[in-house]
Amino acid sequence: MPERNLVQAVRDALDEEMARDERVCVLGEDVGLKGGVFKATEGLQQRYGVQRVLDTPLAESSIAAVAQGLSLEGFRPVAEMQFVDYSFPAFNQIVNEIAKVRYRSNGDFSCPLVIRAPTGGGVRGALYHSQSPEAFFCHVPGLKVVLPSTPVDAKGLLKAAIRDPDPVIFLEPKKLYRAERQEVAEGEAAVLPLGAAAVVREGVDVTAESGRHRGGDHRPAHASPMGRRDLCPLDPQDGPRGGDLRGQPNRRLRRRGGG
Amino acid sequence: MPRDDAPLTREQVFDAYRTVLRARALDDRRFVLNRAGKLAFIISPRGHEVAQVAAITALEPGRDRFCLYYRNFAAALACGFTPEELMLSAFARAADPSSGGRQTPGNFGSRRRGVVIGSSTVGPQIPKAAGIGLALKWKGEGALCYVSFGEGATSQGDFHEGLNFAAIHHCPVIFFCENNHWAISVPQALQVAGPGVAERAAAYGIPGVRVRGDDFFGVYDAVRDAASRARAGEGPTLIEAEVLRLQSHSTDDDQRTYRDATELAAEAARDPIPRMRDALIERGWLTTESDDAMREQVSREVERATEAAEAAPDPDPGSLSRHVYADA
Repeated sequence: MPERNLVQAVRDALDEEMARDERVCVLGEDVGLKGGVFKATEGLQQRYGVQRVLDTPLAESSIAAVAQGLSLEGFRPVAEMQFVDYSFPAFNQIVNEIAKVRYRSNGDFSCPLVIRAPTGGGVRGALYHSQSPEAFFCHVPGLKVVLPSTPVDAKGLLKAAIRDPDPVIFLEPKKLYRAERQEVAEGEAAVLPLGAAAVVREGVDVTAESGRHRGGDHRPAHASPMGRRDLCPLDPQDGPRGGDLRGQPNRRLRRRGGG
Repeated sequence: MPRDDAPLTREQVFDAYRTVLRARALDDRRFVLNRAGKLAFIISPRGHEVAQVAAITALEPGRDRFCLYYRNFAAALACGFTPEELMLSAFARAADPSSGGRQTPGNFGSRRRGVVIGSSTVGPQIPKAAGIGLALKWKGEGALCYVSFGEGATSQGDFHEGLNFAAIHHCPVIFFCENNHWAISVPQALQVAGPGVAERAAAYGIPGVRVRGDDFFGVYDAVRDAASRARAGEGPTLIEAEVLRLQSHSTDDDQRTYRDATELAAEAARDPIPRMRDALIERGWLTTESDDAMREQVSREVERATEAAEAAPDPDPGSLSRHVYADA
């Protein structure tokens, strides 16, 4: 298996999904000619053309809105927000429009799409290139929020997000883009399911759930660190013994089942 | 279905006029039902009906896409919603085809009719229509996306972003602004600098057209021209139809509290429906007798639609959290 860092894994996932499904397209600021400011889309426009890898105007609300329009017409857009800090001009489109189109149309319409965005600090980007706003999105019914922390997770979860029937906010910790390399599977073997946490290390007494990158590194050995790969919606099966993480029924957890 | 080279037929105009009358009669009934405490909230198309139906008549429901806004009650009828369906929406019944009673009744949606589900925020459908237009351009089947909004929505950034994107990519989109000169209580002078909305098209390098919204044939021609351009790959058009808001913004608003009584009376005298009737009579396409007969027929339709919708079941409370995500 090839060794990849996280940003390479993102690019591989996009490449493989675009090759697999011609409905998949990429749009955003600088994603085409330049290949993205973090090079997450490097080479894709040369390979798939200016239509499927579209450089948009510098206007985030319309990036989200155009992605929604494409999705409503059967395409599978992957929109990039250059930094998640810059997704806020698109907040209305994401929260009121994209997230709720299935619900408010009583299931008549759906909007499968992915919005990718680099998140978090650690790259000397200061205020407007370092925010971690995943909690905003986790509080929006209708969105799935994914936060991978390894190259394997990034590739597997992005492939799953692109295939998912619901809109997914895919947050990529920019500090980790080139932090480590892993052997990453190719093709179908790489896909990881959304909605399942990763047990970072087996412990005996407690489960410590972390949504943040590399959350397991400094925990005591008697705990089971759960690296959350996706933050929302929670899966009731995520507990280490298949039980509820909080030890009690959680009404919010049931909404995935539609009841 | 009209084709680009086919003239408007008498039957089409007759149908359009009936749709206009239906919209008015249904809306009047909705207001009575609201005041009787039976309907929660209504947004009236009163004064906009002729412009809305003329625009849709120039297009092809079933082939084209329609991003409507909350005042597009008459446009929804023209797109194929039945009186009973719109009454089901008004009563928020389970069988409401737009949302199953989940949204307020002005947010129309029907995938099979190409009517993209609406929302209550102002203007987000404008860049969304650009995206739909881009997809339709990629598909290359000659379909277009029609998107409508009031002049208040043109103050939103989404108006600029949508027109800019559609113009850059020559998307087959018709931007149709229904300028009734009032956004609830804020007049056009505090909303739009310059003479109006149509002039803004020049900034995007696309045609901008202003039409009288009470002129059925004028609106029809403007939209038909824009549709021909869109289908030919020549890109979007911005149309501004000047209309009158003959009713308050909504059932929760009373425009008599902030608008001049003389002006309101003068506008009421310029109701576009009698003008359309007179234009049809002048062409020999309608007589006073056939007009009366049509109104009588529409009145019975409204009666039946109201009775059926009122008797229809409410949504099942157990379905409240369904459709947040795809069914597992």
